[in-house]
Amino acid sequence: MRAVEAAAEGLKVRIGLEVHCQITSLKTKLFCSCPSDYRGKPPNSHVCPVCLGLPGSLPVLNWKAVEYAVMAALALNCKVSRRTLFMRKNYFYPDLPKNFQISQYDRAGGAPIGSDGYLEFMVEKKRKTVRIRRVHLEEDPGKLSYKGAIDTSPYTLVDYNRAGIALLEIVTEPDMENPREARAFLQKLRSTLEHLGIFNGGLEGAMRCDANISLEGGGRVEIKNISSFKDVEKALSFEVVRQRDLLKKGIAVRSETRHWDENRRITVSLRVKEEEQDYRYFPEPDLTPIEISEETIRRLQSEMPELPDARRERFIRQYGLPPYDAEVLTSDRAMADFFEDCVKLCGKPKAAANWLMGDVLQVLYSLNQDLAESKLTPAYLAELIGLMDKGEISIKIAKKVLWETMKTGKPPSLVVEEKGWKRIADENKLRSIVEKVFSENVKAVEDALRDPKAAHYLVGKVMEATGGMADPETTYRLISERLKALRGSAS
Amino acid sequence: MNRLYELPAWRAAEQIRCGELSAEEYVAHLLDRIGEVEPRVRAFITLLDRENLLGQARLIDKRVKAGEKLGRLAGIPIAVKDNICTLGVRTTCASRMLENYVPPYDATVVERLKAEDAILLGKTNMDEFAMGTSTETSYFGPTRNPWNLERVPGGSSGGSAAAVASGMTPLALGSDTGGSIRCPASFCGVVGLKPTYGLVSRYGLVAYANSLEQIGPITFNVRDCSLLLSIIAGRDPKDATTINAEESYEASGGSLKGFRIGLVRELLGEGTHPAVLEAVHRFAGKLEEAGAELGEVSLPILEYALPAYYIIAMSEASSNLARYDGIRYGFRAEGEGLDWSREFSLTRSLGFGEEVKRRIILGTYALSAGYFDRFFLKAVKAATLIRRSLLEAFKNYTLLLAPTMPIPPFKLGEKIRDPLALYLCDVDTVPVNLAGVPAISLPAGFHEGLPLGAQLIGPPLGEQTLLKAAASYEEVSPESFRRPPI
Repeated sequence: MRAVEAAAEGLKVRIGLEVHCQITSLKTKLFCSCPSDYRGKPPNSHVCPVCLGLPGSLPVLNWKAVEYAVMAALALNCKVSRRTLFMRKNYFYPDLPKNFQISQYDRAGGAPIGSDGYLEFMVEKKRKTVRIRRVHLEEDPGKLSYKGAIDTSPYTLVDYNRAGIALLEIVTEPDMENPREARAFLQKLRSTLEHLGIFNGGLEGAMRCDANISLEGGGRVEIKNISSFKDVEKALSFEVVRQRDLLKKGIAVRSETRHWDENRRITVSLRVKEEEQDYRYFPEPDLTPIEISEETIRRLQSEMPELPDARRERFIRQYGLPPYDAEVLTSDRAMADFFEDCVKLCGKPKAAANWLMGDVLQVLYSLNQDLAESKLTPAYLAELIGLMDKGEISIKIAKKVLWETMKTGKPPSLVVEEKGWKRIADENKLRSIVEKVFSENVKAVEDALRDPKAAHYLVGKVMEATGGMADPETTYRLISERLKALRGSAS
Repeated sequence: MNRLYELPAWRAAEQIRCGELSAEEYVAHLLDRIGEVEPRVRAFITLLDRENLLGQARLIDKRVKAGEKLGRLAGIPIAVKDNICTLGVRTTCASRMLENYVPPYDATVVERLKAEDAILLGKTNMDEFAMGTSTETSYFGPTRNPWNLERVPGGSSGGSAAAVASGMTPLALGSDTGGSIRCPASFCGVVGLKPTYGLVSRYGLVAYANSLEQIGPITFNVRDCSLLLSIIAGRDPKDATTINAEESYEASGGSLKGFRIGLVRELLGEGTHPAVLEAVHRFAGKLEEAGAELGEVSLPILEYALPAYYIIAMSEASSNLARYDGIRYGFRAEGEGLDWSREFSLTRSLGFGEEVKRRIILGTYALSAGYFDRFFLKAVKAATLIRRSLLEAFKNYTLLLAPTMPIPPFKLGEKIRDPLALYLCDVDTVPVNLAGVPAISLPAGFHEGLPLGAQLIGPPLGEQTLLKAAASYEEVSPESFRRPPI
């Protein structure tokens, strides 16, 4: 390995994220009363003069969005600005109805709603802190779609249904050192916003992310158009390899903006940054300054729901869970809620945690679903745990039942019933099967009479005859009794 | 009455409501008047169809006969500047860019007029996107001054003022960003009021410079001005910058005893035409006659008003006008194989006129990194200081008095090739917009057959006081309120 290559291997990676989260719990857009549930609606049907930026229209602030943004800022340990402004960010782009975006800015007399915060999270069982530079409020642009890839599409279509949706922009310092940390940060951010009740990360495109990444000695590369946690990790990993390869060959990594093509799983160069783009920010003259009073901040603070960290500690305390389990469960609000609802019904925290973190996640993964859209309910999981607990099904069967329930939505007890998977514990029924096995396996019975360990073979035969449904304990007892009786009659 | 068009709107409305005058007859008369003078004046970009207008008037007459309670402007036609959105009626801003643009909604002011049973007569000519002082930058060609067809009517609301002056409509709406109501009111010899910033909703006013502009009335007399203001003023949930207005505005007139009027020294100096100076002093004399006390006030900060105004207005304009890219509405340049960026450029190069492009480019420059602090922020600071010094002056004076325009109406084509000379004409009007205070321009006599104007400037929300003084002046100056001999 040449020296330049060796050096490239050990280069320090710095990753920063710019995350855009829609405030999905708002019923209307940020500056007009168009409904915000645009998903699945015909293109350009959720629009009005304001969000289309028609001549003469004016924005009117949805105050609830400001309160939610303040809550997010507080949850991310930010300082909250008492007085802030909306600014115009001026640039031409076909997805912007006005060719400027109403946003916030930390210069030119402006201030973001929140600044100088941090977020802590676990990654590979270690605690990591990432600093938050700012949290601000802005309007979502419309959505562009291409035929095929961005760089080869013969046309671009624009849907303004999304234009004007309230968006939180959360910008980190470049504190992450590998793609995995970036993914873990986003997971924790999502869980935090979901716990605040202002965000549903399960909605398509609700959380989008631009990442910037630089390797020691190389230029800063910005990656746009990343729409999932998995893709953040993939896109960044792609970049680490690409940039490292360049540096290994002694080629400079230029500062540029690249586009993540999720179909081809590569980044493609969009534009080379010669200098910082000039957005010509200035105060939005159609909106009055936002005053956030001390009382408002205090009230929001006092109304703040339990956040993931507090919930994790409570899970450890209240349910006696290991810290790792508590961390995993609370990294996803839907999962933590599911867990608690389930425990309320079955009273078995450890069992519920094991099922959720193990088999349930696995089945979700194969069905390509998340918990929110799954047919599994806390009651079903509690029922499943109960069935096992009462000995009505074995662990092996329970796994099959779970799969069936999650696929069909049928309650576990019904699945057991329909499939005939119920454990046979009825002694009379089992006794007749034992009789039959004894009469068909004379040699094995003789062996067992000599050597009690050989009785297991007979148990296996009973299992075989019942398709695994025989209760093993009862079966064993009945076989032992029968053997004992035979011994007695022989002597 | 064969000169029905000279009837004040308030009186026509009263007569229509009590059945003395038929709305149909009134509207038909005005349409005849339009037929007579519009071919020479060219005040309108769009006129509504005659049958449609007469149909609306007949409906009013029917409702009167049925004993229904009708609005304050029942059966009264009104002309609306073509930068104010009207549902289903094209709103062009006198630009090729919006030549065929038909808004899907009414501006709040238009809604309020319709709620009072007014009849939308048409959309008036203006400088393109309200950028100008002469109505010469209109894509549809210039409007002419009804007092002298070789002269400009002023701008940018030149069409509205010319239409009112020549009796084509008793009422009109204009918009005033840096003098665009008062300038043409002055040049055409009519009454024009620029309200306190926030008093009238801007919802539906196509933005030129949001932080400076207001919609306001252009009328032939002060009482009509009060009536129109009473209808359009007041908070609007669709415009976050609006404030509460008075229940109604009265043009009571009478004695001005107790009024202290301050003549603004800096606006009465060099560069002001002697005839204008004389007119303003004559105007002051009339106020004195009505009982007011006169004084002189010095506001040296006004030296910075013109540059501050142009920097703020152009900066905001550069952003406001960015939306015209041909994607969603309006003019679109057809180019083969252009990417969006070049398509936008071509559309904007061809769709905008020269003055609009000049202001977009200058505004873009003033907001650019490195210049923002030196230009935009400085201009905003100057505006704050101007407001402060005006507020200070209002501690000693009830109202201030100044020329509306430093010169009499000039000839078409005389200044249009010299933008700087045109900008300088706004020197008396822009301080009012920077300070956000109200002002009314009133006819102040004539020079060589051309009208001159003077403006009274009031403190924030001082409209009632302004209108009282204006009405008193009107009572003692009938010779200034004349119709052009067209």
